[in-house]
Amino acid sequence: MSDLKGHLLIVDDNKVNRLLMSRSVELLGHRASVAENGKIAMQMLQNDTYDVLLLDIEMPEMDGFEVLAALQKDVSLRDLPVIVTSSVEGLDNIVRCIELGAQDYIPKPVNKTLLNARVNSSLEKKRLYDEQKRLLQRFATDEVAQDLQETGFSIGGQRINASVLFCDIRDFTALSEDMPPEAIIELLNTYYTLMFEAVTSNGGIVNLMIGDGLMALFGAPKSLENSAQSAVTAAQEMLNMIEMLNEERAMENAPILRVGFGIATGEVVAGYAGTDARATYTCIGKTVNLAARLEAHTKMVPEAILLDETTHRHLLDGRQCKTMPVANFKGFTEAQQVFALR
Amino acid sequence: MTQELIDTAVFEELADAMGADFAAELVTTFLSDAPNMFAEMTQALATRDADAYRRAAHSIKSNAQVFGATLLADQARDIEMATMTADASALTALQTNFDQTADVLKALLDE
Repeated sequence: MSDLKGHLLIVDDNKVNRLLMSRSVELLGHRASVAENGKIAMQMLQNDTYDVLLLDIEMPEMDGFEVLAALQKDVSLRDLPVIVTSSVEGLDNIVRCIELGAQDYIPKPVNKTLLNARVNSSLEKKRLYDEQKRLLQRFATDEVAQDLQETGFSIGGQRINASVLFCDIRDFTALSEDMPPEAIIELLNTYYTLMFEAVTSNGGIVNLMIGDGLMALFGAPKSLENSAQSAVTAAQEMLNMIEMLNEERAMENAPILRVGFGIATGEVVAGYAGTDARATYTCIGKTVNLAARLEAHTKMVPEAILLDETTHRHLLDGRQCKTMPVANFKGFTEAQQVFALR
Repeated sequence: MTQELIDTAVFEELADAMGADFAAELVTTFLSDAPNMFAEMTQALATRDADAYRRAAHSIKSNAQVFGATLLADQARDIEMATMTADASALTALQTNFDQTADVLKALLDE
């Protein structure tokens, strides 16, 4: 733990204090940068990365309280550990710092042993937080990661209008039977890379991957002007990319991939579901079921992309669709109007 | 005199922890920076800028504590805690104390 070395920003209006703090921090093996007041510190924080902030309270231009408040408002800086180092008088001032998000408080003149312990604990906290952020970005999309950072994590959902897209490789199990495991994973990785690109470039998020199938959500957590159109464009792009991939595969005499898409638009309940230890951003509701049914329906009809009526209605150019026979889906009392994208 | 104005235990601890050369550099910085703080106080008193007055006193207190200048620190702290009603005499007394403390610090540097 004490092996962690960091880059610390020391904010103090007093020359002697800046010198003393820098020296103390450097003697502990860390790198130190200094700012004369809060305003300069905020500029430096925008231009460089720091692991811990050592913050004085009494300063001209922008004092320590104002810095703490500004950090809280900035998503990218909110989790930077701040240790207030001050000889400010009054317990209420110290309490105010902690309430404004300061990690810790060390009275001046700063005791070196205490400083060492506090800085190490803050660096450890920063390291854990950075790791969490990296994990989050690997397993969640940027939008979800950002949403989590902005709003914090809480289980619970909200009703929103969104478009849900399901996609799946036809007969993947049969296709993969004759392939070595490495080749299967490589193929899936190529497939997912293409799918993710199409979904995210159209403002959607992939929120479920099971084997060769995926579910994507358009319109949450990031709202979109026309989620139906975005989902349909993403599906078209995916299909184009699969066709390009198939051309390559045909040259290698590998079996071609066939994919099916189902898209439905309407109200969903979206939010973080799971337990405090393990949860995922997901959505549920009739719209989700309908999209899944439409995707399954592509196996019955010779069409790659099927849409529900609401999605069709929101398309900028509905003429690119053909009307399919109505279908009765499990879980739906009324027959559903189905459209296929040409 | 030395005993009264500077707590030598604090000063020696500073020199031990940070290195004698660095402690000397710190004293020099304080001695050259302090006139600025006193100038700020004088001006703040003239313009009735309570915030600037208090902040400069706070700075002097904070630095005095670093070197074990206990008396100077206490006096600066009293000004910091008091309201603007403090008259110029408190500032003059602080300045006198600083001048004497500065002499002791200079003497310590020559040791």
